[in-house]
Amino acid sequence: MTAAIRDTATGHPVADSGDRIDGTVLPRLLPAGNQPMGLSAHLKVHGEMHYRGGPRMLIHTIESAGLTGRGGAAFPTHRKLTAVADQKGVPVVVGNGAEGEPASDKDKTLLWSSPHLVLDGLQLAAETVGARRAYLYVHRNPRLVHRLESALAERATARLDRLEVQLVSAPPRFLAGEESALASRVQGGPALPRFTPPRVFESGVKGAPTLVQNVESLAQLALISRHGPAWFRSVGTEAEPGSMLTTVRLANGGGGVTEVAIGTPISRLLRLSELPARAVLVGGYHGAWLTPEQAGRLTLSNADLRPLGAAVGAGVLAALPADRCGLVESARVVQYLALESAGQCGPCLNGLPSIAATFAQIAERRSSPSAPHDLQRWSSLVERRGACHHPDGTVRFLRSALTVFADEITLHEAGGCSAGTYEPFLPIPAGSPDHKDDWT
Amino acid sequence: MMEERLRVNPILCTGHGLCAELLPEQITMDEWDYPILADKTVPPGLSKMARRAVTDCPALALMLVRDR
Amino acid sequence: MTTGSVFWFASRATGVVSLVLFSLVAILGILVNRQGRLPGLPRFAVTGLHRNLSLLTVAFLGTHIVTAIVDGYAHIPWLSTIVPFSSGYERLWIGLGTVAIDLFAAVMVTSLLRDRLTPALWRAVHWLAYACYPVILVHSLGASRDLRSGWLLALTMATVFAVVTAIGYRVMEGRAAIPRAGRVPQQLVLADKTGSRR
Repeated sequence: MTAAIRDTATGHPVADSGDRIDGTVLPRLLPAGNQPMGLSAHLKVHGEMHYRGGPRMLIHTIESAGLTGRGGAAFPTHRKLTAVADQKGVPVVVGNGAEGEPASDKDKTLLWSSPHLVLDGLQLAAETVGARRAYLYVHRNPRLVHRLESALAERATARLDRLEVQLVSAPPRFLAGEESALASRVQGGPALPRFTPPRVFESGVKGAPTLVQNVESLAQLALISRHGPAWFRSVGTEAEPGSMLTTVRLANGGGGVTEVAIGTPISRLLRLSELPARAVLVGGYHGAWLTPEQAGRLTLSNADLRPLGAAVGAGVLAALPADRCGLVESARVVQYLALESAGQCGPCLNGLPSIAATFAQIAERRSSPSAPHDLQRWSSLVERRGACHHPDGTVRFLRSALTVFADEITLHEAGGCSAGTYEPFLPIPAGSPDHKDDWT
Repeated sequence: MMEERLRVNPILCTGHGLCAELLPEQITMDEWDYPILADKTVPPGLSKMARRAVTDCPALALMLVRDR
Repeated sequence: MTTGSVFWFASRATGVVSLVLFSLVAILGILVNRQGRLPGLPRFAVTGLHRNLSLLTVAFLGTHIVTAIVDGYAHIPWLSTIVPFSSGYERLWIGLGTVAIDLFAAVMVTSLLRDRLTPALWRAVHWLAYACYPVILVHSLGASRDLRSGWLLALTMATVFAVVTAIGYRVMEGRAAIPRAGRVPQQLVLADKTGSRR
């Protein structure tokens, strides 16, 4: 399976099967030259969308294609569709474009460039589960919202959509895209996670069975509906077929959102041989660090990453430049994650700030000898004791930092640091939530 | 015989601590005074006390669920 | 002495006891909510006392009601136990008593069934206890002249003072509590302070 970085020379998105002689099978989701596609361009490139005529009819196709969720959890999409369709009560469907992850830009890029693929997928998914209401959940970005409103207006004129799509704004919170927080927000409340069960597929927005699908998953679904499972499987691996959007951050500061085949070597995506990195972050801020050696031999696939405690996640790939301190960067991330706690559950509310403060002390070379032990204790205390997986993800990130940067910790405990600069590399939004309105 | 397990709703729980007093075999308090539930089923002998802990929790945060 | 006055006397006496008990229950309820402790007692004892005294209140309140109706003099109908302002005798004051019974019954029934209800529903009904208290007070002062003078007046004022203080404490704590959204930033500041330095 070839095709990593898109060939900027040709760059044609392919509208039929993957058997092109020149091997250019990507991108599929993103348009050529990243020129956003209006409705007529969309129809020209991708052809028309065809409703199936009834609920559940698309599920088998999605199952054959082997599509898994592109929001981070990689859950088999056909099973989610089935679960919602099986519920009593009329479902609603929500396209989740609130990626919340500062290091990820793929969802906003997709919504900007190919809104109609997402919106096609939303209508098809709604039909598949028998939904009567559709929502699109996106962060508050006036330009993006305006573009989406225009796209919806174009579709209304062309009478493409069977369900009217309501745009719902997500607060700029890390947890805004968490499915129960999303359901809370869509029904008018704050974007705060809820206790489960019931999961949102059983009872979500106003008690209705709710299908939550990442916008990239919806776009993939729209393409599979047109081109079929075999086409979808023509890139990727047998176990993890298809393409995925990644946000690549190269060690030289370059990169961007790129559509890649699952199973592409990470070293190729990050150009590690020419741009050496101190470490590689995979997945996002709930993901994990890898050593350069690990990154050098692994592909971007859960098959390769899960055994190391990592995952593809939201498709973030960041190569930490050799002159940065992994502890300083990680401590900034952990501080951010602590501030983004919903503050609803005692262990998370208490544990994450303790972890963040102590980890910062290690990074700033002013920690006590008990610091690493304290971090391990608190990590065990917060895991799986929250209503959502925020503490779990934070602990995963933290533990990987403690492992990958173990040598650096020893150096810091002796008062030294191997960084050449403290200029921040990983993006951390400024400002922290401290008022309830920050969650709406 | 239906096996039961204790579960706590961490959003409702405000750390009153009654549950740990009533059922120390299954529930201990962490350093922030929130309950740590043992990862095991409730033995039949403790079932009555477990039910009492569930009913007595001032926040109604504790539940008994069927073990899967 | 006629039989009537024995029941009437019992009703007045159990009425006073019910008022005192309700006041104690309310204060204990606030203590539970604030995670307060009684010296020497485990936490479950505070909750247990709150519940047991409320059951005792039911007993005294039940006696208070039954004796008032069984006593033939005032002709209070049985209907007045449920329907407010249906009594010919002292319609207003007895009516308020009925309102108090209704509210109290809602609180007690939901509490007896509390593990079968959603926490939100139980809590919403339990708040009616705060509405119940002033109704009880007005009923007590209006339905009989007993509490308006002498040691019973002093007793009543003492209970009112205690309950109002407890409620005041609850309100102040509520105001001082950091809203959920602000708790983490506060915790971060605290955590950094308590961490050791080299």
